[in-house]
Amino acid sequence: MGESVIRLRGVRADLGSRPVLRGIDLTVRRGEVVALLGANGSGKSTAIRSIIGQVPLSGGEIELFGTPRRRFRDWRRVGYVPQRTTAAGGVPATVTEVVSTGRLSRARFGVLRKADHDAVRAALEQVGMADRAKDSVDALSGGQHQRVLIARALASEPELLIMDEPMAGVDLASQEVLAATLRGQVAAGVTVLLVLHELGPLEPLIDRAVVLRDGCVLHDGPPPKAVGQHALPGHDHVHPHDTAGTDSIRTGLLS
Amino acid sequence: MDFLNYALMQRALLAAVLVGITAPAIGVYLVQRRQALMGDGIGHVAMTGVGLGFLLNTSPVWMATAVSVLGAVLMELIRWYGRARGDIALAMLFYGGMAGGVMFTNLAPGGSNANLMSYLFGSLSTVSPSDVVAICLLAAFVVLVTVGLRRQLFAVSQDEEFARVTGLPVRALNLLTAVTAAVTVTVAMRVVGLLLVSALMVVPVAAAQQLSRSFAATFAISVALGVTVTLSGTITSYYQDVPPGATIVLMTIAAFIALTALAAPLARRRARAAAAAQGDGDPAECTIPATRSAGDGVEV
Repeated sequence: MGESVIRLRGVRADLGSRPVLRGIDLTVRRGEVVALLGANGSGKSTAIRSIIGQVPLSGGEIELFGTPRRRFRDWRRVGYVPQRTTAAGGVPATVTEVVSTGRLSRARFGVLRKADHDAVRAALEQVGMADRAKDSVDALSGGQHQRVLIARALASEPELLIMDEPMAGVDLASQEVLAATLRGQVAAGVTVLLVLHELGPLEPLIDRAVVLRDGCVLHDGPPPKAVGQHALPGHDHVHPHDTAGTDSIRTGLLS
Repeated sequence: MDFLNYALMQRALLAAVLVGITAPAIGVYLVQRRQALMGDGIGHVAMTGVGLGFLLNTSPVWMATAVSVLGAVLMELIRWYGRARGDIALAMLFYGGMAGGVMFTNLAPGGSNANLMSYLFGSLSTVSPSDVVAICLLAAFVVLVTVGLRRQLFAVSQDEEFARVTGLPVRALNLLTAVTAAVTVTVAMRVVGLLLVSALMVVPVAAAQQLSRSFAATFAISVALGVTVTLSGTITSYYQDVPPGATIVLMTIAAFIALTALAAPLARRRARAAAAAQGDGDPAECTIPATRSAGDGVEV
């Protein structure tokens, strides 16, 4: 077992007065690809956003690369891909301008040198968007926009990728590109934690699946296999309740 | 070009150029953050500073700077912590600031609201040499921040959550943006006036967007447009005896309308080029043959 890159112990979080995370334990080790699955409202996105410090905890602790998150400053090691929003900024921006912001964690005083511009270029090439570098992000399709957000995360050459529903609303062609990009990153030893609604084309990459329900860990182990009609081609939905019979069930409430 | 011989006009033109640069320079970040009307709010708060300046017999420009910076910091804090009641708190800040300005100006010895008028709508003829020094120093600060920290400010304005994960000091940068906006308001106060400041922060940016695809180009075009309108407005007001602030703002809006009209065909051409670049071969729009031929079976 490698060192733990992400470690959550008894993490609790509330949105308003409603508990969203009710004691989550989760460890992601170096080189692992872990999928966070669950129905809408199960706490997947909140769990991800608590790791990057966007959601205040009401209990438990989080460590990144062995450092308590509160004291973690080495953000260049983390690449974050937020859930894509359709809300665009008020001012046009090119693909390169957006991807360059991902490099700021490595650029001292915000000055981008040649190596930084090269890294931005390389990130764009990985997601197949280099030919759109000078286009406005407003002119892109949903899938292309998602590829830009992933390039932005890759621009800092991170050791850990955290992605929130990278495949949501993405066309088939872009899904293939994203799967290939992720394969390349995993082959290079990058650790990945991603929220997925369904395993889809990423299934072969996933080492472990953690299924959440009502803010608790329901399953932590090998990715659940689709059964019955859902195993047929074209059906790759994941239904968390199908996994209730697998052996390593942990509710998270017990810890 | 005889106007260049008057010291008064030289000061007015210098102040106008500095406003033309600084207002769109900070405005582009405010528009990107969808806080286009923040400048207007700060302008209201700055009135209390002007009033205090009259009352305490100190420079209204520096006093307005101090009060509007405080107001801007307060607005940013309300944005963090206020959430649900934030808009009510902001309303109280704005109108309290305006009422305070009127009150303090009236309390000042020999004060009347006629004095306040020159700050509300701008008055180039009363720009003193010490005002010009203050405006130059404040404008230098604004340029330093908006150009020197452009990548950080862009990142924070584009996606605050992502900026935090790149380790940027997001709160400090947000505060700095608010303070810079406040400083810009006081730079522009003597030229276009507190009530019209926001127009110069927002309209040149909106006009530039009609032509640009990138943030850098939007920044450059809006500053160029800002300088053009402030200079031409000031010169027009010299020859025609019209108020410079109002002239500048109306010219900016005219430029916006003209650029929007010009940009419509440009946008169509770009959409076609983008469709062609995607290689799907289908034109973006349905095409209708220009002329009918006999083969259509229609009388021509």
